[in-house]
Amino acid sequence: MSVTELVDGVLSGNRRYLARLISLIENEDRLAQDALIQLYKHTGKAYVIGVTGPPGSGKSSLVTKLTAEFRKRSKTIGVVCVDPSSPFTGGALLGDRIRMQEHSLDDEVFVRSMGTRGHLGGLSRAASDTVRVIDAFGKDIIFVETVGTGQSEVEVIEIAHTVIVTDVPGSGDDIQAIKAGIMEIAAIFVVNKSDYPGADKKVAEINTMLDLDPRERAWRPPVLLTNSRTGDGIAELADKLQEHLKYLKDSGMLEQKGLQRSREELQSIMKYKLTQELSQKLQGKPEYEKAIRMIAARKKDPYTVAEQLIAEFLFSEIR
Amino acid sequence: MSSSKKIRVLVAKPGLDGHDRGAKIVARALRDAGMEVIYTGLRQTPEMVVRAALDEGVHCIGLSILSGAHNALFPRIMELLKAEGVDDILVVGGGIIPEDDIPDLKKAGISEIFGPGTTLQEIVEYIQANVKL
Amino acid sequence: MDEKVTLPDAVKDWEDTEVKSTVARFPERQEHFKTVSGVPINRLYTPLDVEDVDYQRDLGFPGMYPFTRGVQPTGYRGRLWTMRQYSGFATASETNERFRFLLEQGQTGLSVAFDLPTQIGYDSDHELARGEVGKVGVAIDTLQDMELLFNGIPLDKVSTSMTINAPAAVLLAMYIAVGEKQGVSMDKLRGTIQNDILKEYAARGTYIFPPTPSMRLITDIFRFCSEKMPLFNTISISGYHIREAGSTAIQEVAFTLANGIAYVTSAIEVGLDVDSFASRLSFFFGSASEFFEEIAKFRAARRIWARIMRERFKANDDRSCMMRFHTQTAGYTLTAQQPDNNIVRVTLQALQAVLGGTQSLHTNSRDEALSLPTEQSVQIALRTQQIIAHETAVTDTLDPIAGSYFVESLTHNIEKKSLEYIEKIDAMGGATVAIENGFIQREIHNSAYDYQTSVDKKDRVVVGMNEYVVNEAQQFDYLRVNPQAEQEQIQRLKEVRSRRKDDEVKSALVALGNAAKGDTNLMPLILDAVRVYATLGEICSVLRDVFGEYKAPDIL
Ligand code: B12
Ligand SMILES: Nc1nc2c(ncn2[C@@H]2O[C@H](COP(=O)(O)OP(=O)(O)OP(=O)(O)O)[C@@H](O)[C@H]2O)c(=O)[nH]1
Ligand SMILES: [Mg+2]
Repeated sequence: MSVTELVDGVLSGNRRYLARLISLIENEDRLAQDALIQLYKHTGKAYVIGVTGPPGSGKSSLVTKLTAEFRKRSKTIGVVCVDPSSPFTGGALLGDRIRMQEHSLDDEVFVRSMGTRGHLGGLSRAASDTVRVIDAFGKDIIFVETVGTGQSEVEVIEIAHTVIVTDVPGSGDDIQAIKAGIMEIAAIFVVNKSDYPGADKKVAEINTMLDLDPRERAWRPPVLLTNSRTGDGIAELADKLQEHLKYLKDSGMLEQKGLQRSREELQSIMKYKLTQELSQKLQGKPEYEKAIRMIAARKKDPYTVAEQLIAEFLFSEIR
Repeated sequence: MSSSKKIRVLVAKPGLDGHDRGAKIVARALRDAGMEVIYTGLRQTPEMVVRAALDEGVHCIGLSILSGAHNALFPRIMELLKAEGVDDILVVGGGIIPEDDIPDLKKAGISEIFGPGTTLQEIVEYIQANVKL
Repeated sequence: MDEKVTLPDAVKDWEDTEVKSTVARFPERQEHFKTVSGVPINRLYTPLDVEDVDYQRDLGFPGMYPFTRGVQPTGYRGRLWTMRQYSGFATASETNERFRFLLEQGQTGLSVAFDLPTQIGYDSDHELARGEVGKVGVAIDTLQDMELLFNGIPLDKVSTSMTINAPAAVLLAMYIAVGEKQGVSMDKLRGTIQNDILKEYAARGTYIFPPTPSMRLITDIFRFCSEKMPLFNTISISGYHIREAGSTAIQEVAFTLANGIAYVTSAIEVGLDVDSFASRLSFFFGSASEFFEEIAKFRAARRIWARIMRERFKANDDRSCMMRFHTQTAGYTLTAQQPDNNIVRVTLQALQAVLGGTQSLHTNSRDEALSLPTEQSVQIALRTQQIIAHETAVTDTLDPIAGSYFVESLTHNIEKKSLEYIEKIDAMGGATVAIENGFIQREIHNSAYDYQTSVDKKDRVVVGMNEYVVNEAQQFDYLRVNPQAEQEQIQRLKEVRSRRKDDEVKSALVALGNAAKGDTNLMPLILDAVRVYATLGEICSVLRDVFGEYKAPDIL
């Protein structure tokens, strides 16, 4: 398949090409980058919503209900669900789609599951490129679901304009988890499973925690109650999301975030390219192997060697 | 070639059949063999199975039926795939499928049928050997 | 004079001398032995292993609390268990023929297998029913099918068990209506509806509505039957499917009784007096491969349930504490390879059920892993029961295996471990929550996976499948369901629809829909609807509109 075919396919709204391009992105295929280069100017239109929180807190169910709600509001939807791959086998059970079956035949909804794999460029690259091509494909709103544990998920979620952090009643411990990690990035807190006992208490706890934050904020994250089985609270959540988007636009945050993201992305791509370039050049070089042995034998130190190798292999032509 | 290429498999339960013991352990075995596995859950129509397979970009569809509806549902899924112009997805099946039905199912495009008593290793190896990555 | 050696010393002595030297020369087959539930099996059991067991408190007498030794004071000396082969396929008339054959062959009760569209509340012409009609059970759309199903079978003479859950109320109503047509009033009807929705969510898959309205339908039935159908078992709380989905014996007991607790709790919550319905609860277990653990399981289950009913629910009536159960041999142990070997497996499993004191029994057929059973195969399966009943004399005394140090110790262990599970489930908020959050499904799945890997690795030998394999020219003459059945059934449905009085149907359905929104008992309204030939699909669709549909957590 040619790049033009892929790009035209995606831009013409053919989901087969979209699916194929995502596979190429996941496989870190050269073709994917070529397509992304051409698709770039068609992106930046979608509203990207991150959903993160403890396992089983109802993220996928929530996304399903939000999808239904936004479909009623005539929005088209993309969903990217990220599940952890096993560090031992590399395999993964991608279990989120199962919750999203009620939209499985809706042409205006596209769901894609991803494993974290051992991506060279970091998971955030593959996931954000996937979001990007779904954006180019023309979906109005794109949800990104990740389990809220660990650094790489926090990174992924940073590609979102708005981040929803989910929690459930009665799970006292993960308040700590929220504090530790994703608290910073939450624009909206959702206490899901409002049918469980202790829901109001949980809402109060999170509010208390938010009140302890001394920083001045124009947007104080609201704490909402939802039931992703019955749909209670979902319309309010959808309203809040739209409100947050409006806030981002009006306050100039959206633009600022865009700049910030472009900067970070450029940096990360450069870093990735440099690393890749360097490892390609060093691959199988006798002096490289020799240097490693010398370092291990304490005959040389890694600091000096690193500088020497970089100078020799990466910047020799430039000098 | 890149190191991050992974076999992606959709394990699907088409029809009203509720026998999921086999499908779930097969799904788990495939994961443990390093594949990315998407399980559909019960009561999928052929249309849902095909849509999920295409959107998810899987290399293999594993169908499981123990309720005797395979002759209606398996060929229907193959038809839909054909209509989409798909010829690079490996389709395998499992469950209670009488010997006599197998030739026709294979003619319809199912590569292999695994019945009771198959080891998980056999299934893993067959998929690894036959998917087009 | 010898000092009297204490038993612990004697046992130790035996271990240290006899056993040690033998093991040194001839190592045992395995280092550790344990049951499939993970209970360690010792080399030998002695009175030391049953020191915790108090005869009067823990065993007692048959027919008396806690019923460990059986629910009847005379056991099978009085009446044998009911021989009940689960059957149904294609159309009502074809299944009727199979029923009559079985009754002629000496079967003593009926057990109806419905097809999947029926179990999930779709008429045979529904698009989701395509290819499924009559395939794995009989298709029932209207009262007319039910009339054909029991044609020539007087309902006051048989007891009928119906494996029907989400739409149990509809099929029960149809059964009542057939009785009426035969001149048998509902208070004379004997039988069982499965009506156990929780295990459908957890292990069997034919759910329709969410838990809350499903529980309401169930308690509506409890109430209706407690007033009008004193001989009918209103529910069969089933471990069989949990076991077949992969659980261990202990999980089977624990999850089944946890479900039982949920039903009793719901019924009490809607204002029923525990003693008004509890004696009509019945149970259903599997009988799998491990001989002693299975027998112990049945005995333990009876004892735990009795104690739960007395201690937790304060049942006064002993009959409320009495666990009566049906048993089926374990389909999952039966192989497609060398199918005749299955006859032997089933024989042993059936014997376990009888030694465990079952009230009724289904023996699987040798073609289990190939197709629905042929007439010949089901005949052998029935004969297996008859041979145990009439030739072995195991039926001549009660609970003959009691007092075995091993079995009593196992019984005790199973009780203990099951109660630990039940406590865990209680802490989560009960069985409904434990199912909705996927705990039970995950436990079952993990056990199923362990079982499969142990078979794959040949840690567990399955004769004829992973050992002692022969090259079979596999030409077993298996059953083919009449391929015309689907079309015939759809045709008949059309005819019924064209003949019935539409306005009557409409008003019955409207009344049902309105009642479903409130909290009146739905049984009488469903009965009104089936009497005027409203279809099963129409009735379920009205209820779907009001109740919504269940979304499975589908845990992996
Ligand atoms: C366990 C079982 C059940 C359990 C299911 C629990 C569950 N959650 O799965 C329970 C008790 C609930 C049940 C119920 C019914 N059952 Co049932 N059940 C069986 C039984 C005994 C074993 C199936 C099993 O799980 N085996 C263990 C697993 C590991 O093996 P497996 O599924 O065959 O999988 C292996 C292969 O087939 C293959 N495979 C399977 N799936 C896949 C998928 C892929 C992708 C691949 C590559 C391979 C593969 O690999 C696996 C590993 O070896 C079979 C008979 C038998 N011995 O096979 C009857 C059987 C399948 N059941 C049958 C029937 C009729 C029913 C009912 C419809 C009865 C009724 N009228 O109500 C109900 C309804 C259930 C429903 N909702 O659909 C019939 C089907 C007849 C037919 N097709 O012609 C059978 C054959 C029994 C019989 N002879 O009557 N059942
Ligand atoms: N009672 C109740 N159950 C819910 C609610 N929302 C989700 N669930 C159930 O909770 C379980 C987990 O839901 P998911 O949507 O898969 O949760 P998740 O956070 O996406 O899970 P992972 O992706 O595995 O981390 C499922 O069984 C849902 O049906 C709710 O509001 N109330
Ligand atoms: Mg999820």
